Amino acid sequence: MSDKKYAVEINDLAVEFRTDDGIVKALNGLDLKIEEGKTLGLVGETGAGKTTTGLAILRLVPSPPGVIVGGSIKLNGEDIFSKTEHEMQALRGKAVSMIFQDPMTSLNPVMTVEEQIAEVIELHEDVNHKGAIEKAKEMLEMVGIPGERGTEYPHQFSGGMKQRVVIAIALACSPSLLIADEPTTALDVTIQAQVLEMMKELKVKYNTSMLMITHDLGIVAEICDTVSVIYGGRVVEHGSLDDVFNNTRHPYTEGLFRSLPNLDNRSEKLKPIKGLMPDPTNLPEGCTFYPRCDYAMEICKTVKPKKVYRNDEHYVECHLYDENNVKVGGLIGK
Amino acid sequence: MSENTKNVNAAEIAAKYKKKSQTADIFRRLAKNKTAMIGLIVVILLLILALSADLLFDFEIDITKQNISDRLQAPSSDHIFGTDEMGRDIFKRVCYGAKYSLLISFVAATISLAIGLVFGAIAGYYGGWADMIIMRFMDVLLAIPGTLLAIAIVASLGTSIPNLIIALSVSGIPGFSRIVRSSVLTVRDAEYIEAAKAIGANDRIIIFGHVLPNGMAPLIVQSTLRIASVILTTAGLSFLGLGVPAPHPEWGAMLSNARSYIRDYSYMALFPGLAIMTTILCLNLLGDGLRDALDPRLK
Repeated sequence: MSDKKYAVEINDLAVEFRTDDGIVKALNGLDLKIEEGKTLGLVGETGAGKTTTGLAILRLVPSPPGVIVGGSIKLNGEDIFSKTEHEMQALRGKAVSMIFQDPMTSLNPVMTVEEQIAEVIELHEDVNHKGAIEKAKEMLEMVGIPGERGTEYPHQFSGGMKQRVVIAIALACSPSLLIADEPTTALDVTIQAQVLEMMKELKVKYNTSMLMITHDLGIVAEICDTVSVIYGGRVVEHGSLDDVFNNTRHPYTEGLFRSLPNLDNRSEKLKPIKGLMPDPTNLPEGCTFYPRCDYAMEICKTVKPKKVYRNDEHYVECHLYDENNVKVGGLIGK
Repeated sequence: MSENTKNVNAAEIAAKYKKKSQTADIFRRLAKNKTAMIGLIVVILLLILALSADLLFDFEIDITKQNISDRLQAPSSDHIFGTDEMGRDIFKRVCYGAKYSLLISFVAATISLAIGLVFGAIAGYYGGWADMIIMRFMDVLLAIPGTLLAIAIVASLGTSIPNLIIALSVSGIPGFSRIVRSSVLTVRDAEYIEAAKAIGANDRIIIFGHVLPNGMAPLIVQSTLRIASVILTTAGLSFLGLGVPAPHPEWGAMLSNARSYIRDYSYMALFPGLAIMTTILCLNLLGDGLRDALDPRLK
């Protein structure tokens, strides 16, 4: 296990937003690892800290009010918190790049698309402007857009094509890690499938690791190797796709699955998770999920659950389990 | 017939994929606005006149040489704007005067724009202390009326064209910085700025490559309006004797000179006054048209 190489390792990361209305604890000891060449799906509700995790890897958490209060992030084995801002600029776009949620707003409206792709190439590679434009056209062709359309502006492209351009920018310098922050949320379903298929192919081609931030379990099943379920700024369950989907342990993960319609039994009522995300300025003392949990016990209110491992990869943070019963099938009390 | 349909389709496709840059798009919208086009054409003609003034007229012979026998003549076919009290042709002097008014105002407005751009961009992009210090300093400058500030600067530095340009530039800086700052503030938090940070761009590239080009629209408008107001201030200063020194035929100086003859020879004041009015009107028409053309909501 120790000889595995990780593209990114996050240990015990804590991020706070210090606003006038109080301290928002966005991440509370988040652990996350992505093996080289693999894809991890980070699943959770709105406000669980998914995007903050992505931004923290780039060290772009908006500051103020964001403060990284603890933990470490290692990128290809190097600690990014010990780097200078200048060294970080050299990493962004080269070693890690990010695909933003909304392609409509993440492209500069007054620059042609090839200029925007060429910009990242010029920043990180030793080429002149002409060479960079040349490479930009190649990148466009690779994401399925004719190279001659490179001289057009973003408003002349459709949503799906804009997202392809964003992907071309992200992959232009063949980064070792690609952070995709809900890359398909703003697209319609047919385009979603195309874009996902393309990302899958390109990922294999460049041997890029990927952090897929999403709330869509369908996308996770489609594209990810491992899954981390995030709730209240912590990973509550992590494992391989098979572990999490077929051997679900955490009540929250189970709740996510039960919120999906079942095609085989369409008359069955959906069972959404009751209640709302806890107020991040005032998180519960014990398990952050206990106010909404069907299995909540007295201990959940006061004591934070520890990681319980089901196998080398799969763990869950819940008081329902200990080493003895975690391997027994199914969710306890089901 | 099928041949015909094919052609129509080809034309349609060609039109659909015709490459349009934003500049061309803006110009197309500006061209629809007739008054703005009139303004643009007159401004361009005046600029050509200003730049070629020394080729068209000889400063010694046409502009400053006294000809007492022809003094104070009413407009006629020989002198279509008449002559002044020293027998100089007012038409030639008004044409030559475009050089002073336009060149001084373009240079002064450009300097104000350049300095205001840097200060405004720093204040808006970095915020915090930089913003605080720069904007309070601009407030101090704004507290003094522009003309008064220009008078004070010219009076202390001495009357000459370079000093006049300095004075007019300084009084334009606060206006530009405020506009740049506010447009930077609206663009700063856009997602494409965050995306630019995520590809490793440094602050210089972000400010000059991404933030400013997106906040340009109000600046272009402000520039045309600023040029108009500088022309007016220049004329005002010359009228007070603090602008372009005699015998240079600056429009304001000509007006000031005509003041003592206005009862009997009103045309002496009429033509330079008309020149000032036309230029400012056309610059304002152009500025208004540009504002509409650059506003994406009116597309």
